[in-house]
Amino acid sequence: MATKRVTGSQAVILSLLEEGVDTIFGYPGGAIMPIYDALYDFDKQIKHILTRHEQGAVHAAEGYAKVTGKAGVCFATSGPGATNLVTGIADAQIDSIPLVCITGQVASPLLGTDAFQESDVIGITMPVTKWNYQVTCVEELPEAIAKAFYIAQSGRPGPVVLDIAKDVQFQELDFEYKKCTKIRSYIPEYAVDPFKVKEAAELIDAAKKPLLLFGQGVIIANAEEELKAFIEKTGIPAAWTLLGLSALPSDHPLNVGMLGMHGNYGPNIKTNEADLIIAVGMRFDDRVTGKVSSYATNAKIIHMEVDPAEINKIVKVDVGVLGSAKRSLPMLTMNVKENKHEAWLQEFRDCDKIEQEKVIQKDTYPTKEGLTMGEAVRMVSEKANHDAVLVTDVGQQQMIASRYFKFTQSKSNVTSGGLGTMGYGVPAAMGAQLGAKDRTVCCFVGDGGFQMTLQELGTIAQNKLPVKIILLNNNFLGMVRQWQQLFFDRRYSFTELQNPDFIMITNGFGIPAHKVTKREELEAGVKKMMEHDGPYLLEVVVEKEDNVFPMVPAGASVSDIILEA
Amino acid sequence: MKQEFIITVYSENNIGLLNRLTINFTRRKINIESLTVSASAIQGISKFTIVINETEERVKKVVGQLEKIVDVLKAFYHTNDEMVFQELALYKVPTEALYESDKVEHMVRNSGARILEITKEFTVIEKTGHKEETKQLFDDLSQFGVLQFIRSGRIAITRDPIERLSEFLKERDALLEAMD
Ligand SMILES: Cc1ncc(C[n+]2csc(CCOP(=O)(O)OP(=O)(O)O)c2C)c(N)n1
Repeated sequence: MATKRVTGSQAVILSLLEEGVDTIFGYPGGAIMPIYDALYDFDKQIKHILTRHEQGAVHAAEGYAKVTGKAGVCFATSGPGATNLVTGIADAQIDSIPLVCITGQVASPLLGTDAFQESDVIGITMPVTKWNYQVTCVEELPEAIAKAFYIAQSGRPGPVVLDIAKDVQFQELDFEYKKCTKIRSYIPEYAVDPFKVKEAAELIDAAKKPLLLFGQGVIIANAEEELKAFIEKTGIPAAWTLLGLSALPSDHPLNVGMLGMHGNYGPNIKTNEADLIIAVGMRFDDRVTGKVSSYATNAKIIHMEVDPAEINKIVKVDVGVLGSAKRSLPMLTMNVKENKHEAWLQEFRDCDKIEQEKVIQKDTYPTKEGLTMGEAVRMVSEKANHDAVLVTDVGQQQMIASRYFKFTQSKSNVTSGGLGTMGYGVPAAMGAQLGAKDRTVCCFVGDGGFQMTLQELGTIAQNKLPVKIILLNNNFLGMVRQWQQLFFDRRYSFTELQNPDFIMITNGFGIPAHKVTKREELEAGVKKMMEHDGPYLLEVVVEKEDNVFPMVPAGASVSDIILEA
Repeated sequence: MKQEFIITVYSENNIGLLNRLTINFTRRKINIESLTVSASAIQGISKFTIVINETEERVKKVVGQLEKIVDVLKAFYHTNDEMVFQELALYKVPTEALYESDKVEHMVRNSGARILEITKEFTVIEKTGHKEETKQLFDDLSQFGVLQFIRSGRIAITRDPIERLSEFLKERDALLEAMD
């Protein structure tokens, strides 16, 4: 590539083009104005989405990254612009989402002087980024951007922040771009050790009651087919973490459901009966394990992981297989014997029956008066032919939707798992819609979380993003209220909300909306929403004191999962 | 059981790295007993020597997290037995004390310390050794009034006959080569 004399700002945009960036989420301001000015000339190649708050931009970038597998990109100005990104950056860090955040910074001679809108962005974001870097010299700009994309997207992905001083944006350089393909001190992925695979295969062949647990690592590695091939050869039941959801179709005969606090009865209870746990691309989060000392007590554990620091971090493993699931799973499949575990699988089906009777039926086909969240979720999933991208906010609605929404394709679940960020849903849905233009995006939010970022309805309207928002209104901070009911003696301390007229608000943003309060209206309401060509909000007024079950009470063992209060 | 461990981190010489490293201790509420940063024998590579008091299990996990930092090449941990280590201490005592008797001089000589500088008012003594040794000299000198005292962070090298980082770098270069 021949060099070309450009400004730092132009170099930023040209570099992004080299990285194949087609969408940027952001919010301008003084310290990033030169970059915005350069962007103005490239509106044909790069779509910029002006959000209503930087938090909206960063969650949108996360949603985009989740459905595309590519880095989400956001721009923000210095000081308050950059600090408004922090929640989303922390969210992306804990959920391993590739992000490249570019923040403007005061001019380099002013650094450290408490200049107008100066904040120590590098210091603030250091604990929540995979890498961050301040650019104070124009020559290093292309290389820094190349490094940023490489680090964000490789190995275990994560967010990076590039803080670019304003004077650098004006300076000129001879621009030449070279993609980064290696860094001496950074090995994104280790080669799979065939001996470890053999050891793992031996344990698998010997196991009577093996259970496979998969997480987002499978989705990140694009190893969905490899996972399927492995379980189909071995007949091993497979359960998923919240972030692993959608990697295996919901109706796959070996899919035995969700793990963890509000997961399914079978996989939780059977974890402690299994004699072998094969964990693939998951990290034994405490919401999955419950009390660690009584977790999987009868099982040998195989952990297949791309990040060496995760192996033995929470649970002691018998065999750790380092490397991407894309590479390790086929090697394992080759080494194991064909098998069937029908009696063992039947035990899960028996649990399903109990759960169906005690919980699922009542949630999804209730007969009592009052709409449930479960039936709303079931209805939306059905009307979307179980093929939509599911986006959720945080709370009861998130757990209910994850339990009852059905999936046929991977990369169809967008949620804040590790950080549990309320306000995530609506902005993440717009990002997901931009990343998956031809798919239906259904976003479930609670009345609490919706009010944290509902200003993004403005962004949705301006960009005509056809997201379907289903607001499950229980007039409470539902999940907290549930805990208050179960563990704090029904002392509902500051969880009841006096809500605005959501329909009027949504209409105020120019988005059609409809409110459903009775069961008879639900089906038609959902149908109308799905048929509408464009953004739409459906408010479903649900039971005020509906709870999410089953539940592994905090600090309890997974086998102490309860089905009802 | 908690005991003293020496963590050695080899890294690229980049700004902000110290902060990135120490965050890992802070967030786990692990106190850093001593910290030294310097160049290593390999050009361009810095070496951090960090002393903490922890259980081996926790040390292992922290080291795993340190190695995840993009600019870190490699981190090792060792017990004190596995390393040769020293600290440097400086003591400032009133010069009078040297005139009154030969006690100070004896102390300096017997402890293998040396005198760096003598002025009319004060004398600066230097001693290298383990913490207990430099502390012992401090206690001994105390009768004359120690005006100032400072001890450096620990520096340490392994008892391994080979430089493990060099081996590691060779492997790393081969790995990077293979990535092309
Ligand atoms: C930013 C943030 N603040 C607080 C919380 C704690 N929290 C978790 S769930 C929840 C209640 C959510 O209520 P709502 O949005 O109405 O959803 P519901 O649980 O009723 O579905 C709260 C307050 C959080 N997860 N995130």
